[in-house]
Amino acid sequence: MDHSVTPQYKIILCWGSSCQKLSSKSILDRIHQKIDELKMGNNVDIILSGCLGMCSKGPILIINPGYYIYGKITPEIVGEIIEKHINQNKATAAYLIEEDHLFNRFYRIFGDVKFYGRQMRIALRNCGIIDPESIDDYLSVRGYESLAKSLALFTPNQVINEIKASGLRGRGGAGFPTGYKWELTAQEKSSEKFIICNADEGDPGAFMDRNAIESDPHTIIEGMIIGAYAVGAQNGIIYTRAEYPLAIDRLHIAINQAKEHGFLGNNILGTNFSFNIEIRQGAGAFICGEETALIHSLEGKRGVPRTRPPYPATKGLFNKPTVVNNVETWANIPVIIQEGAAWFSSIGTKNSKGTKVFAVAGSVINTGLVEVPMGTTLKEIIFDICGGLPDNKTLKAVQIGGPSGGCLTKDHLDIQVDYESFAEIGTIMGSGGMIVIDNKSCMVKLARFFLEFSQSQSCGKCTPCREGTKRMLEILERITTGNGKPEDIQKLLRLGNTIKKTALCGLGKSAPNPVISTITHFRNEYEEHINEKKCATNDCSALIVYEINDACTGCSACIRICPTKAISGIKKNKHQINQNLCIKCGDCFDICAFKGITRR
Amino acid sequence: MISTIQNDAKLNSLRAYINSHKEMTRNDSLLIRVLQKAQEIIGYLPPEIMNFIAQEMSIPRAQVWGVATFYHYFFLKPVGKYIISVCMGTACYLKGAEKILKAFKEKLNINIGETTDDKLFTLIEARCLGACGLAPAVSINGTIYGQLDEKKAYNIIKKYINQSK
Repeated sequence: MDHSVTPQYKIILCWGSSCQKLSSKSILDRIHQKIDELKMGNNVDIILSGCLGMCSKGPILIINPGYYIYGKITPEIVGEIIEKHINQNKATAAYLIEEDHLFNRFYRIFGDVKFYGRQMRIALRNCGIIDPESIDDYLSVRGYESLAKSLALFTPNQVINEIKASGLRGRGGAGFPTGYKWELTAQEKSSEKFIICNADEGDPGAFMDRNAIESDPHTIIEGMIIGAYAVGAQNGIIYTRAEYPLAIDRLHIAINQAKEHGFLGNNILGTNFSFNIEIRQGAGAFICGEETALIHSLEGKRGVPRTRPPYPATKGLFNKPTVVNNVETWANIPVIIQEGAAWFSSIGTKNSKGTKVFAVAGSVINTGLVEVPMGTTLKEIIFDICGGLPDNKTLKAVQIGGPSGGCLTKDHLDIQVDYESFAEIGTIMGSGGMIVIDNKSCMVKLARFFLEFSQSQSCGKCTPCREGTKRMLEILERITTGNGKPEDIQKLLRLGNTIKKTALCGLGKSAPNPVISTITHFRNEYEEHINEKKCATNDCSALIVYEINDACTGCSACIRICPTKAISGIKKNKHQINQNLCIKCGDCFDICAFKGITRR
Repeated sequence: MISTIQNDAKLNSLRAYINSHKEMTRNDSLLIRVLQKAQEIIGYLPPEIMNFIAQEMSIPRAQVWGVATFYHYFFLKPVGKYIISVCMGTACYLKGAEKILKAFKEKLNINIGETTDDKLFTLIEARCLGACGLAPAVSINGTIYGQLDEKKAYNIIKKYINQSK
């Protein structure tokens, strides 16, 4: 009798959105071709994994055993890598990523239980390890074991108690204790209850939900099924952005597989518990990330929020009790059930348990996803894990929580990330966007950018948000174009604080945060814009002045390129710029070969 | 009534889609999905189509119009063959998305929300494409182009113009 042999090598190719966009497909073709050439088909297993979180080094290729990580792969070099690695047993050093700290894991099924890396991956534990389109892969990493455990050993109440004891709090931003939310819904007497997974990830600069779904959709589904069992829900909905087609495809595949295996549908695993999940796509409204707006959208209405209470936990979708949790929250559930509340609550700080995923982007070397225990400092995340800023730039600020959060300065780098510490310094955890800003960026303009975003996404239902953010934006526009008035800072603060107190929903309440926090930490920049009509970073183009200095050779290159004919002069003599005609496009500055134009 | 929509086959397939959900309880909650389907079939949502949907789904026209005008995803005017959405998320903004947007505006000679005269391109802003590692990024009919500068932006337009010749 023949025994099937486990393939000797496992090639894991990152199949996340980012790497796919960088031509993973042609790389895959080349890998197949090369392996056929080498006649190694029986010895090599090729896995397409979800996002490995190291997008700036993509496309990523991993060869196991040994966890050799190759970065910036191209179809041209991949043949050489395979040839050397698999045929000659030599790793090609030139393409290896040496710093492997992004891939350290605590989670023990990966065999490195004793090794505490800088990261600790719980929500993203399977990301990049398994093939997201294969339920067998998920089952091989103890997938759906927690579901079976819950159904066989726990009553719904015991599941809720376990989640309560774990200390898990909502990862969508507000941090409401998940177990208590479930308890509220479970206590409601209703023949119909709903479970919603909020995957309407709207914060610009945040992409952890997209990655979590693309890399490990079954975890989220399993979390939702356990939640449904705990609260007694029959139907679940995943509300996701239409902008994430790959995530939607993978969810469809995963849901169908789960149905085939009896994890979804009627009489799950032979019990009398039944549950179904459907996917709904959003239609491009940031406000729909707010739970009551999301519910209205699911009901086929305009996505406007309503006052709470009643909370969705008691009156949600179609007025039925509804649990709304974020993607990352759901991804934590199976682990808590599997490993126990005591283990989970041993991670993190006093009131914030577990880990948090951050999407680190902006002026940082390793852009990507980082999952760290609560209590890790900003410094560790930005400098130790993400490698600091590129090109010796210096850190000026860190923006946390997207347009709802605030800016922190380098004085805050030792702050431990958790819900309380962030609240203390006037920002929020948010969904986990973390943007690193270097000293080339103007904070006033950045505040304007965020406010422009919140303003454009305001649904218009309540006056403070609709009118107030508009007025704040007008003031900021005035300041960044050199028309600011001395009283403007005071006005912004007064208006901002009023909006915070009176707006109806989270979007409005938090919209002034970027402005207020930049005024708090970078007031001097506002004053400079207003009093001296100057932007030190030259980011606010309206405040820049171009002048011709003595280095001018009179070559007239600037005269020819100037779109408004603002520059005049005789050949071989110093030219002049007519400031009234100059539109500050900077074309003359860029074209001058003699540094004859000063920008200030 | 449906004067601007010449193609009955399109209308029939939309009707079939609506009818396939008729039996479902609370089927009016599917309005957004139906509008998405209509836009997929027709390309945008002309007034006649919104009225048609209202009639077929037995819900007030005002509600259909209200929903269609609320969400940014729905186009109320015809759009070009290629929809260029320039990501204006924070990461892209910090890496010069404004310049990219300006380059597209200048090259195509249109503003945000407008369509070129040859009906080839429509330019829109995106909230965040979730491709922050590739900033600055744009998406053209779902294909993402990352790490752009002005020159690459011009080349992309050229590529699409050549493709459609």
